[in-house]
Amino acid sequence: MAAIESLALPGACRKLEEVPAPNARLARKFYEYMFLMREVEDRIERKLYRQGKILGGVYVGRGQEAIPVGAGMAAAAGDMLFPSHRDMGLFFIRGVTPGQIFAQYMGRVGGLTRGRDANMHMGDLQLKIIAIISSIGAGVPVSAGSALAQKYRGSKDITWCFFGDGATSRGDWHEGLNFASVQRVPLVLVCNNNMYAYSTPLEKQMACANVADRAPGYGMPAEIVDGNDVFAVYRAAQRAAAHARAGCGPYLIECKTFRMTGHSAHDAGDYVPKHLWDEWAAKDPLEGLRRTMLENGWASEEEIEEDRARLLAEIDAAVKWAEQCPYPDPSELLDGVYEKPRGE
Amino acid sequence: MATTYVEAIRQGIWEEMERDPDVFVIGEDIGVYGGAFKVTAGMLEHFGERRVVDTPLCESGVVGAAIGAGFQGLRPVAEMQFADFISCAFDQIVNYAAKCRYRWNAPVPIVIRAPSGGGIHGGPFHSQNPEAWFTRVPGLKVMTPATAYDAKGLIKSAIRDNDPCLFFEHKGLYRRIKEDLPEGEYTVPIGRARIFREGRDLTIATYGAMVYVAQEAAETLEREGVSVEIVDLRTLLPVDEETVLESVRKTSRVIVLHEDTVTGGFGAEIAARIAERAFEYLDAPVVRIGSPDCPVPFSPPLEDAFLPNAQKVLERARQLCAY
Repeated sequence: MAAIESLALPGACRKLEEVPAPNARLARKFYEYMFLMREVEDRIERKLYRQGKILGGVYVGRGQEAIPVGAGMAAAAGDMLFPSHRDMGLFFIRGVTPGQIFAQYMGRVGGLTRGRDANMHMGDLQLKIIAIISSIGAGVPVSAGSALAQKYRGSKDITWCFFGDGATSRGDWHEGLNFASVQRVPLVLVCNNNMYAYSTPLEKQMACANVADRAPGYGMPAEIVDGNDVFAVYRAAQRAAAHARAGCGPYLIECKTFRMTGHSAHDAGDYVPKHLWDEWAAKDPLEGLRRTMLENGWASEEEIEEDRARLLAEIDAAVKWAEQCPYPDPSELLDGVYEKPRGE
Repeated sequence: MATTYVEAIRQGIWEEMERDPDVFVIGEDIGVYGGAFKVTAGMLEHFGERRVVDTPLCESGVVGAAIGAGFQGLRPVAEMQFADFISCAFDQIVNYAAKCRYRWNAPVPIVIRAPSGGGIHGGPFHSQNPEAWFTRVPGLKVMTPATAYDAKGLIKSAIRDNDPCLFFEHKGLYRRIKEDLPEGEYTVPIGRARIFREGRDLTIATYGAMVYVAQEAAETLEREGVSVEIVDLRTLLPVDEETVLESVRKTSRVIVLHEDTVTGGFGAEIAARIAERAFEYLDAPVVRIGSPDCPVPFSPPLEDAFLPNAQKVLERARQLCAY
């Protein structure tokens, strides 16, 4: 794996300070958000979907939880986030509740889109979290525009754009990276390279070895990290954020990971060779984090169990709440296509 | 002093940039060069690089960046160098910008300017009128001004609007149309047509450069004893249906005219609404006039044969009056 740095960078942008080491408090937060994401998604994909309580597509980030959580915890409160459809952890970090997410998946008014859109297609401008659209990669130039606005205002906030390996084949991805680099906007690009875009394996997706290999063509620094190691993702994200916040322009992080599921709930992923499931199951990010916490004495088995029990109870209550949320009223069908004229 | 259509647009943007520090322009060759049609001439010198953003050649990237800046509360005015290239940004416009408010209550307060139209020997990729690709996308607003007054007033309204606005400005009008504009500040409301010429016997509902084709035909018809009313739609989405219907109820004969090709053109929508809501007032079938279903050709004799003109309108109008 090549570590790549652009020659076009000014000298000041080459020497970024090492970031502080993780501690027990941070590790416990990582665990909480990763566990929440794993369990909420499991509940959605393996229970509610199969019970017929969720219609439509279900896309989860099982095995990739370290990426949104590691990067999201490195983001500042004022930063704008553009999650991909496998980044539920970002929503928890920003304060979205499991109940809101269940309601979103069930098409209830308690969801972030009040039944207007499905699954991970949700956002909240107040929380500075932008809803994805289904044309994968379309959010990349939009995120560059968000970062352009932050530069325009002289803000210290930056923008984080998340996407998978498949997105990097889209023209929009390339237009967005080029634009962001030329304008030197404060943008961190976080790729979850999970080796499959729906059923298409990497070698049918791109002819270079790494997504990061594409960055030098845009004069952009990039690094490759173990996407199943939340500390590695967090440290890379801190470096990237420092770079962007210092006015040095965009920065790409490629997180190597694996999608421990089919593309969606209706896809068993039969096209994935069995050995890959086994290899990556052994690298489970949540289990890896638990081991690290125990080895470093950051939490005891009992403390971790307590956290898990508390979160599971919260999830049970959230499902109940969402199931009691009403469906949207058809009389509101046309509301919000346009801004209401003043005075109405 | 009379102001040209192109200068009116420039003035409108300029005034809005002076009024609101969140307004900025973004597009290809708009800075140092001042834009392919000089709509942004002088803006870089006056407002600086921060507010006049020259971009790489990437229409999708430009519209995407405008959307993202809009999420941050800015009011970008994006330029498509030619309306023909707006197809490169189609997904950003119809899937991203148009649906955000409905999906998750996120306003996208952007303007996309698109120089459109033929008659300038631009050939198949510098002459199209792609407005009808967008008039069937809920969430968008689509404007097609014909006069300098409306061009200035509508671009200002579009910039202040909190929904994504597509502003189709006809290249053939840029320096051909001149008029005295009011001294002070004014805007033109989005979604209101106006009667460009009053008449009693025949309505021509049209927009953009075809307003002048209708006017030329109307002058000849006047001498033949036919009084023509011209409805300039000005905005296509949302369309001011009532002004059209009111005119049709008065004249009972109607031509729907546009420069875009006929099949699936916006005229089809107008004709359908007249048929649905004013059928009993009609003395004759609704007539649609547009360009024939063919790419815009380059060679002058071909382009002349392609574009609607006063002669073509006259022939159909005489048939309609004789029906």
